[in-house]
Order: sequence, then structure tokens, then C-alpha cells
Amino acid sequence: MNLTLKIWRQHDGNSKGDFVTYQVSDISTEMSFLEMFDVLNERLVNEGKVPIAFDHDCREGICGMCSLHINGRAHGPQAGTTTCQLHMRHFKDGETITVEPWRAQAFPVIKDLVVDRTAFEKIQAAGGFVSVNTGNAQDANCLPIPKDDADASFFAASCIGCGACVAACKNSSAMLFVSAKVSQFALLPQGQVERADRALNMVKEMDALGFGNCTNTGSCEAECPKEISIDNIARLNREYLLATLKK
Amino acid sequence: MQKFLTSSIGKKTVMALSGLFLIMFLLEHLYTNVTLFFGDGGIEFNETSHSMVRMIIIRVIEIVLFLAVFVHVAQAILLTKENSNARSVKYAVNGAKDTSSWNSRNMGFTGSVIFFFIVVHLYNFFVPYRITGTIGGAGQETVAQDVVAAMENPIYAGIYLISVILLAFHLSHALSSAFHTLGMSNKKYMPIWDKVAMGFAVFMGIGFGSFPILFFIAKLMHKDLLNWGM
Repeated sequence: MNLTLKIWRQHDGNSKGDFVTYQVSDISTEMSFLEMFDVLNERLVNEGKVPIAFDHDCREGICGMCSLHINGRAHGPQAGTTTCQLHMRHFKDGETITVEPWRAQAFPVIKDLVVDRTAFEKIQAAGGFVSVNTGNAQDANCLPIPKDDADASFFAASCIGCGACVAACKNSSAMLFVSAKVSQFALLPQGQVERADRALNMVKEMDALGFGNCTNTGSCEAECPKEISIDNIARLNREYLLATLKK
Repeated sequence: MQKFLTSSIGKKTVMALSGLFLIMFLLEHLYTNVTLFFGDGGIEFNETSHSMVRMIIIRVIEIVLFLAVFVHVAQAILLTKENSNARSVKYAVNGAKDTSSWNSRNMGFTGSVIFFFIVVHLYNFFVPYRITGTIGGAGQETVAQDVVAAMENPIYAGIYLISVILLAFHLSHALSSAFHTLGMSNKKYMPIWDKVAMGFAVFMGIGFGSFPILFFIAKLMHKDLLNWGM
């Protein structure tokens, strides 16, 4: 298939970026979106031009490194899919595809399509951990945890921290990410020790880093490649309210 | 408490609680307006209006109501500014319409129109009835007639109807969003809140929308809707 790509190019965080149009041809429908970028970059290198910078790592949809806002959608138009798992068969031959970096003050552009997501690391460091000894594998069977709670915790923990929720939210809110990280511990006995502090500190850090406020539009849930539910946001709201009353 | 009120979740909680209070007022206002349809020449409407002016508790709630409007609007402006600052470079292509409802994305717009309408509404009724005493007659026995006269004015009826429609859009997201913000939502209850919010929005839209529509149509047909039972 042949495509026209309008790609955001920006030399570094201090430069003014702009869209550059590229034509790519003979793209296989079996390629992933990132492999299509590899083809383009190989050509740019052969032509002595600077290749397009974009984040990627595992290319298996589990590391959370890839990003890209494709035709107005975080990780492209396919629901529950990371950009590395998005295949070119979901596009039409001759289509013009616009690719932009995540847009948020808390995620500044480093180069081209690469943004700095250190803000998520800072939020995690503010409370996304447990300090108790969680024991060994056999100890898990000694802890009575209802299956529903274990499942809800696991689903929350499946957040890969890619930032699609922030990218998709009209307010650049990080509530889905923070709520997933708070929920995965709040539902388990190991997370009880720092439960109140975790909610207070992670929200405080999130606010300080310049993310916007949640208005419950649900865009984050719709764009999350791991389909993290906004139930977690309601849980975070509860956790935060209760923690405020306790502390 | 100060930390809570200045946090993102705290600010949203204030929006939710002030919004829910305003919704309670809307229900009360709708009931009062419905008395215009009693066909008694507006006697019940006038008596309800007068009794509200006389009751101390209502006067106190009235002050709380003005405060709630102020807090809701001021907080909305603050949140909108913060949210706008959180993304200074906008997307060239935005696919938000594929992932969220128009109502949820345009609360600022619908809210602004509703606020504009509240100002017009207060100027048309609250100020002349309660402050200057220029409507309602000497003994304030013609308030209902004055209200109906306003509804028969095509410009006012049009503004009223558009505002009510946008109010319904606002409420369809506001109610479920408030429950979500207050943490009263999960997989089981979220679909229920969504349906309750949609049902409530339609109910309020039809309820408030019926006044300009029916009184305007009645005027075109030369019928006296206010006195139909007499």
C-alpha cells in the first residue's frame, strides 16, 4: 500500500516543530505501524537525512514505551492496542496519516515524536509501592483475598504507563494512570499500610506536575491499550476523600 | 481541608456538591412552575411565590443558592483555565469525538449559556419581583400573568427554550459525573448513573421546555392556558 504521512518533526524541546510530509510506498498490510516507520527511517538514513525519532522497545504491546497520536487517536484508531501492535491493514491504500507526539505540558517533547514521560516515574515514586515484605510464592496462598478483588487489582496493575490516557484526555489529566496505580494496592492486604498516604501523595505529585483535572469524559478508558476502566478513577476519588478524612 | 480544596480531586468535589445542590433547586423550581398548569388562573403559583418570600428558611437557602452558583461558576472558570494550561500545544487532528460524548466535552460551553440565561432570568423576574417591585401587581397577585406574558414573547421564549435544551445536555453528563467524582460509582452502578442522568436530563428538558412551548402555542391558538380550569 502507498501512504502519505504528515509527521511532526521537532529538533529538540527548545525548537519550534512543524509537520513534514513523506510519501511511502510498497508498505505491507502485515507490517506494524512502527515497522512502517522503520522502512521510512531506513530510506531517510540512505538519503543522508535525519531519521524520525520515536519511542519503542518490546514491540509486543507490554512495555509501554511506544506512543504516537495517529489521525487524532492515541495509539491509532484500533481499541485496546498499542502502536507497536497496530497493523497497517487498519489503514486504507492512499490514505494520509497524521502523526503527532503526545501533547501535554507534563510530557514535554524531547525530539520529533518522543516525549519525556518522567512525570509518571515521579508520581510512582511518590507512593506507587509497598514497604511491607510480600513473602514468597507459597505465602500468597496464606492470604485470604477474594477473587473479585484479586482480579480488579490485577486489571489495574496491567497499566503499562504509556501515557495514552493523558494524551487522549481533553484536559491532559493523569487520573486513569494514578487511579490504576492506587487501585492495584488499595485492593490487596499488602497495600493497606500506606493506603491513605499513597492516595494523598500520588495525587499531590500529579497536581504539582501540571496535569489537568478529570472531567469524566471517558476518553482515557476508550484509548487505553490495556483497557483500564474508569471505575478506578471513582475508586481513587473515594480513596482520596477517605484519606483526607483520616489524615 | 485547605490541601483538599486546592487539590484536583477536591476542586472536582466542590463542583459536584455545588452542582447537586443546584439540581435540587431545579427540581423545586420545576414544581413551582408546574403550578402554572393547574388552570386556576395562577392562584397556586402566586401563593407559592409569596410564601417563599415570607419563609425565613427559604430566604436563607436563597443566599446559599447564590453562593452555590458563584462557587460552581468560579470553580469552573479556574478548572477550565488549569485544563487549558495543561495542554498549551493542541493537536492538529483531534479524534475526541470518537471516544467521548459531545455533552461531556462541552460542559464549559453549555454551562456558560446556562449562566448567561440565569442572569437574563434574574433580570426579568427576580429583580422586578423582589427588588424593584415592578411586576406582580400592587398586591403581587399577578406574578403568574407576568410570567406567562414573558413566555408568550417569542424572543424570550426562544432564549428560554435554547437554554433549557443546553441545560438538559449539561445535566446528562453532570449528574453521572458528580456521582463518579464523589466515588459513588463502580462497574455495577456506573451504567445505572448514566441512565439516571440521561433520564433526569430528558425529564428536566421536557419539564422546563413545556412552559415556553405550551404558553406560546396557546397564545397562537388564542387559548388562555392559565385559566383553562376556570
